[in-house]
Amino acid sequence: MAIPIEWYLVLSAFLFVIGAAGVLMRRNLFIVLFSIELMMNAVNINLVGFSRLHENLIGQNFVLFTMTVAAAEAAIGLAIVTALYRNRRTLMVDMFDVMKG
Amino acid sequence: MNYVLPLIPALPLVAFVVTLFLGKWWLKDSAHWIPIVAMAASFVLSVAAFLAIRGEEHAIVVELWRWIPVGDFQVPIAFQLDQLSAVMLLVVTGVGTLIFIYSKGYMHHDPGYYRFFAYLSLFAFSMLMLVLGSNYLLLYLGWELVGLCSYYLIGFYYHKPSAASAGKKAFLTNRVGDFGFGIGVMLIFVTFGTLDYIEVFEKVEHHVASEGVLLAIGLLLFLGAMGKSAQFPLHVWLPDAMEGPTPVSALIHAATMVTAGVYMVARSSVIFASAPTAMLVVGAVGAFTAIFAASIGLAQNDIKRVMAYSTVSQLGYMFMALGIGAWVAAIFHLVTHAFFKALLFLGSGSVIHSLSGEQDMRKMGGLAKKIPFTYWTLMAGALALSGIVPFAGFWSKDEILGMNFKGGGYVIWAVGLIAAFITAFYTFRLIFMTFWGESRMDPEVEKHVHESPWSMVVPLMVLGVLSVFGGFLGFPPENGVFHKFLEPVFHQANEILHVEHHYFGMLDFVLMVVSVVVALSGVFFAYLFYVKRPDELPQKAGAVSQPLYKAILNKWYIDEFYNATIIRLTVDGSRWLWRVVDAGVIDGAVNGVGRLWDIAGRVVSPFQTGRVQNYAVVMFIGLFVIVTAVIVF
Repeated sequence: MAIPIEWYLVLSAFLFVIGAAGVLMRRNLFIVLFSIELMMNAVNINLVGFSRLHENLIGQNFVLFTMTVAAAEAAIGLAIVTALYRNRRTLMVDMFDVMKG
Repeated sequence: MNYVLPLIPALPLVAFVVTLFLGKWWLKDSAHWIPIVAMAASFVLSVAAFLAIRGEEHAIVVELWRWIPVGDFQVPIAFQLDQLSAVMLLVVTGVGTLIFIYSKGYMHHDPGYYRFFAYLSLFAFSMLMLVLGSNYLLLYLGWELVGLCSYYLIGFYYHKPSAASAGKKAFLTNRVGDFGFGIGVMLIFVTFGTLDYIEVFEKVEHHVASEGVLLAIGLLLFLGAMGKSAQFPLHVWLPDAMEGPTPVSALIHAATMVTAGVYMVARSSVIFASAPTAMLVVGAVGAFTAIFAASIGLAQNDIKRVMAYSTVSQLGYMFMALGIGAWVAAIFHLVTHAFFKALLFLGSGSVIHSLSGEQDMRKMGGLAKKIPFTYWTLMAGALALSGIVPFAGFWSKDEILGMNFKGGGYVIWAVGLIAAFITAFYTFRLIFMTFWGESRMDPEVEKHVHESPWSMVVPLMVLGVLSVFGGFLGFPPENGVFHKFLEPVFHQANEILHVEHHYFGMLDFVLMVVSVVVALSGVFFAYLFYVKRPDELPQKAGAVSQPLYKAILNKWYIDEFYNATIIRLTVDGSRWLWRVVDAGVIDGAVNGVGRLWDIAGRVVSPFQTGRVQNYAVVMFIGLFVIVTAVIVF
C-alpha cells in the first residue's frame, strides 16, 4: 500500500515553511544558508512524491540534478561565508547593508 | 558680351581665392600683383562693355544659369548691362584699380598684407555682382556681400577693440536697413510675380500695382538704401567705419559701396517715379542728411572723420537729386564724388602715412611744402568737393541744386545751398589746418615727414586729373555727354514723370552764380578763421554759440541717443530675457525635471535597505499574494 501524496505534500510544506522562516528571521548567515538547503529539500520531497504518483522517473531525475547543484552551491556558499567572515569578523546578516540606498 | 560680362566679376573672385589660399605661405609680400592685374583686366573689360552699350536702346542680358528654380519663383544668375551698370562698372573697376595700386604702397609693411588684398578682391567681386545683377535677388546678394566685406575691412585691425566694435556697429546698423530691403524684395515678388528688373518695370508701367503698394515697396527699398548709404538716422556707422585702413575708406566707404543705395534707387527709378510720396521722402531725407552731416563735419578734428561726414553729406545730395527725379544728376554726382572723395581719402591717407599715423588735424599744419604732390592733389579734390568752378564737384552739385529749384523744391534747394556753404567751409578748414600756417606737429614726427612712394602718388594724380576735368562729362548741364549716354536707362521713369527736355537758360546761369558765390564765401570764411586769425576766431565762434558748438562737436548726440534708447532697450530686454526667461523659465524647467527625480529618489531610496532579508520578506509576501490570487480566482 502506497503512502498517499498528501503526506509528502504536508511534510514538504512544513519543511519549506521552516526553511523560509529561517531565511527570513535568523541573523546568522550559516543558519540562513542551511535554511535555504532545507527549502530546497522540501522541493525535492515534492518532486519525489509526484514521481511516485505519476509512476515515472522524471521527478527523481530532476532531484538528482538538484542535489548535485545543491552540493556545488553549498561549497561556493560556504567559501563565500568564510571569505566574508575573514573580512568583516561577523556573520550577522543585518550587518551587511553596504548596498543601502 | 556673353563672355566679357561674366568675366568682369569673375576675375576679382579668382584673385580673391588665389590670394586667400596662397597668400600666407607663398605670395606674401607680392600678394598685390594678382588682385591688381585682375582688377585692371576687369577695368579693360568694363571699357569694352561700355563701348558696346553706348547708344544702345535696350539692355544686354546674359543668363548664366538658373539659380533658384522653384515653381513660379525663377531666379537666374544673369547679368544686365545697360548704361547705368556700365557707368557703375567703370567707377568700381577704375577707381578700384587705382586704390588697389595705392594700397600696395600704403599697406606695404602691414602683417595682414595678403589678407587685405584678398578682402579687397572679394569686395570688388561683390560690388560688381551688385551692379551687374539683372534682378533684385542678385542685387540683394551683392548688397549683403559688400556689407560683409565692409565688416571684414573695417575690423581689419581686429586686435584694436575700437576697430572690432566699429565693424560690428556697421554690420548691425546695416541690418536695420537690409531688413527693410529684404521685405521690399519680397513685396516686389508678391506683387509682380518676378524679380527681374525689366519685367518688374514693365508691369509697373502697366499699372499692375496700386500706388499704395508701390509706395510701400519704394519706402522699404529706400530703408535699405538709407542703411547702406548712411542716410539719417542710419548714418551712425559710417564715421566709425574710418577705423579701417584708409584705402578701404576710400574704396568702400566713399567711392563705391556707400553709393550702392543711390544705385539701387536709380535702378528702381520706375518704381519711385510711380510713387511720388516715396520720392518726396527720399529727397527730404537726403536734404536733411546733407546739412546735418555737413554741420557735424565742421567741428571734427580727425582728418578722416571730416571726410566721413562729408561723404554722408554728399550722399545726401545724391538722394536729394533722386527725390526730384534728377536721376542722371544723382549718378553724375555719384561719379564725380567717387573721383574727388576717393582722392581726398587717399590724400588724407598719404598725409597720415607721411606723419607716421597721425590723424588729428590739430597736430598738423604747414605741410604744403613738405609733401607737395599730396598737397596739390588734395587741393584739387577740395576744390571739387567745395563746388568751385570748374572742378568736377561743381557741375554735379550745381545740377542737383538747379534741378531742385526748377522742380519747385525751394526748401530742399535752400537746405542744399546752406549745406554747400558748410561743405566749402569744412573742406578748406581741413586744407588750411593741415597744409597751411605754422607746424603744430610733434617734433619727433616732424623729423620723419616724407612724401609717399610712387605707388601712392600716381593714383592720387590720376584721381586729381579726374577731379579737375571729370565735371566736363556733364557739360553743358543737363545736356552733356553723360546725360545723353544715360538717357535710355531713365527713359521710362522720365516718361512717367513727364519730364520735358530742358535747355540751358538764364535761370540756370543765375543759379550757378549763386552756388559759386556761396561756395567761395565758404572758402573765404575758412580762410578768415583758420589762416588769418586762427588763434582767435574759432574760439570766439565756439564761445558765442556754445550749446550749438557742443552739439555738433558731439555729433548732435545721436550716438548717445541711440545708446540711451534703442541699445539700452535691447540690452535691458536681453538681460531680462536672460535673467527671467532663460535662467528662470528654461533653466527652471530643466532643473525642475532633474529635481523631480531627485526628490522621487529620496522618497524611494529608504526601501533599499541593503539587507537581503528585507528583500526576501517582500518577495515572500508578493509571492504569497500572487499565489493566493491565482488559487482564489
